[in-house]
Amino acid sequence: MTHYVLLGTGVAAITAAEAIRAHDSGGELTLVGDDPFGYYSRPGLAYYLIGELGEEMLYPYRKEDFLKLKMRFYRACATRIFPAEKQVELDNGTRLPYDKLLIATGAQAVPLNIPGSDLKGVYKLDHLADARALLADAKHGRTALVIGGGITALELAEGLAARGVRVHYILRGERYWPAVLDELESGVIESLLAQEGISLYHKCEIAEILEKNGKVNGARLVDGRTLKADLLAYAIGIAPRIELAREPGLTCERGILVNEFMQTSQPDIYAAGDVAQVFDPASGKYLLDSLWNPAREQGRTAGLNMAGPATAYIKPAAFNVTRLAGLTTTIIGAVGSGQDPDLLGIARGDSETWRQVPDVIVAQGGFEVNRLRLMVGEKHILGAVIMGDQKLSRALQNLVTQKIDITSIRAQLLAPHAPIADILAQFWSITQSLNH
Amino acid sequence: MLHRLFHKERSQRISRAQGQVRPDPGRCVQCGICSFNCPVEIDVRRHAWQGEPVIHSRCLTCGECVARCPRAALAFERTNLFAEKEA
Ligand SMILES: Cc1cc2nc3c(=O)[nH]c(=O)nc-3n(C[C@H](O)[C@H](O)[C@H](O)COP(=O)(O)OP(=O)(O)OC[C@H]3O[C@@H](n4cnc5c(N)ncnc54)[C@H](O)[C@@H]3O)c2cc1C
Repeated sequence: MTHYVLLGTGVAAITAAEAIRAHDSGGELTLVGDDPFGYYSRPGLAYYLIGELGEEMLYPYRKEDFLKLKMRFYRACATRIFPAEKQVELDNGTRLPYDKLLIATGAQAVPLNIPGSDLKGVYKLDHLADARALLADAKHGRTALVIGGGITALELAEGLAARGVRVHYILRGERYWPAVLDELESGVIESLLAQEGISLYHKCEIAEILEKNGKVNGARLVDGRTLKADLLAYAIGIAPRIELAREPGLTCERGILVNEFMQTSQPDIYAAGDVAQVFDPASGKYLLDSLWNPAREQGRTAGLNMAGPATAYIKPAAFNVTRLAGLTTTIIGAVGSGQDPDLLGIARGDSETWRQVPDVIVAQGGFEVNRLRLMVGEKHILGAVIMGDQKLSRALQNLVTQKIDITSIRAQLLAPHAPIADILAQFWSITQSLNH
Repeated sequence: MLHRLFHKERSQRISRAQGQVRPDPGRCVQCGICSFNCPVEIDVRRHAWQGEPVIHSRCLTCGECVARCPRAALAFERTNLFAEKEA
């Protein structure tokens, strides 16, 4: 009987458990997780913060779903792996033997590194516990500072603003999320944020968080100004939680390196989800994602390889739909390339693929809050940003992922002031009717 | 006027009866907004996890879940089950 041990209670570990059980109903399955709230929708935390969703709705699994997987569960932190003995040590002293081990420990916020970062009233957003603590404090705090970039910083700013907190959003760079959005898109988001009452500070940096009675009381900026505030929330990037793997010598870069079968450098140890840096045959590189669906697919692939037939992970085109300043925004494939001074490494809901832009020409259309930007390659559409109206979002997802040849409309798309949405819609409906 | 209204109502009913909600699991992040907003408490999120259309005797095809999903993960799909009968 095979003994499987899964570290983590996020989507990657849960999906791996489902895949293992589908192929091995008799094996012994053990899940270890240190999050007191277990498995919940991490992206859902943003909707919980903003008040769109009750906490009880964050849990996708019911009790019977867990029972079906016939797992033993340890609420504990795994502290060491002993590959030679094939054992994992937990912080409660238990040593678990394994035949196959999965590391799905996710990623966590890069800590702030400015004076005052350890004060009461400084928050990040990794876990439900963070969201709870922030909300409890927001009841009392009337002014907040938000720093960082990407989706999570915005979710923090908007969540706090929705709770009636006055928000100062401080950006190191000249505009919001320059690594993925273009200037116009950043501009749209920033003006919507201003409408929500959020004040933006560009090219600004906090030199020191100020305190009163051990709690945040404001910040001094590098340019000498001071801002009063009752709390500070940050999202300056995330780092995969690789310590467990690095210590016993598993090959790591920023994440744990895995091949297409989600195998690490140690036989019988697998990694999946935000913690894994996955080999991408298309680019020949190992890439990080911090996205729910790739974490799910990687978890499934790892589970299959641990218990069932050898199955290669096929990296889906990096894709995320999110709401930025209330505007539904879909980001597909390769869309940007710049550096982002507000982020260290990768951000939540981010993919490195979005910045791997080969030779492309940009076609864009739309106005104000409906905007479409395409990255047009020689024969294919390599990426797209769709803001507002999402009618074309699925079509574009297919055009990019399936690498559909667009040579016949390429010139039209690139013509000045081309109605690219109409051209695409027509092309898509013809493509579909030909396929049926 | 009344006739027009009635007609509109009827055609809406037909088009709804011919549709079902189909999730795209690749877009879903299991946030639960769909289930939370379903007026008849169908666990739409579960269908999205399993990649199965919401075929459920209680489903009103009211579109609340489709409209509320922040990630455009749900769409109406025509089934045309009654196309001939109703036409
Ligand atoms: C606020 C927020 C917004 C997001 N928005 C989006 C979005 O819009 N779209 C999108 O696609 N993705 C989004 N994401 C990212 C997405 O949630 C992650 O990609 C996904 O959850 C990764 O799953 P995972 O299983 O790899 O890791 P996680 O979900 O991080 O789970 C890892 C688990 O391992 C546990 N763990 C870690 N170390 C140990 C240890 N030593 N011992 C025991 N347990 C341990 C942790 O407690 C945690 O429960 C968001 C994330 C956050 C936090």
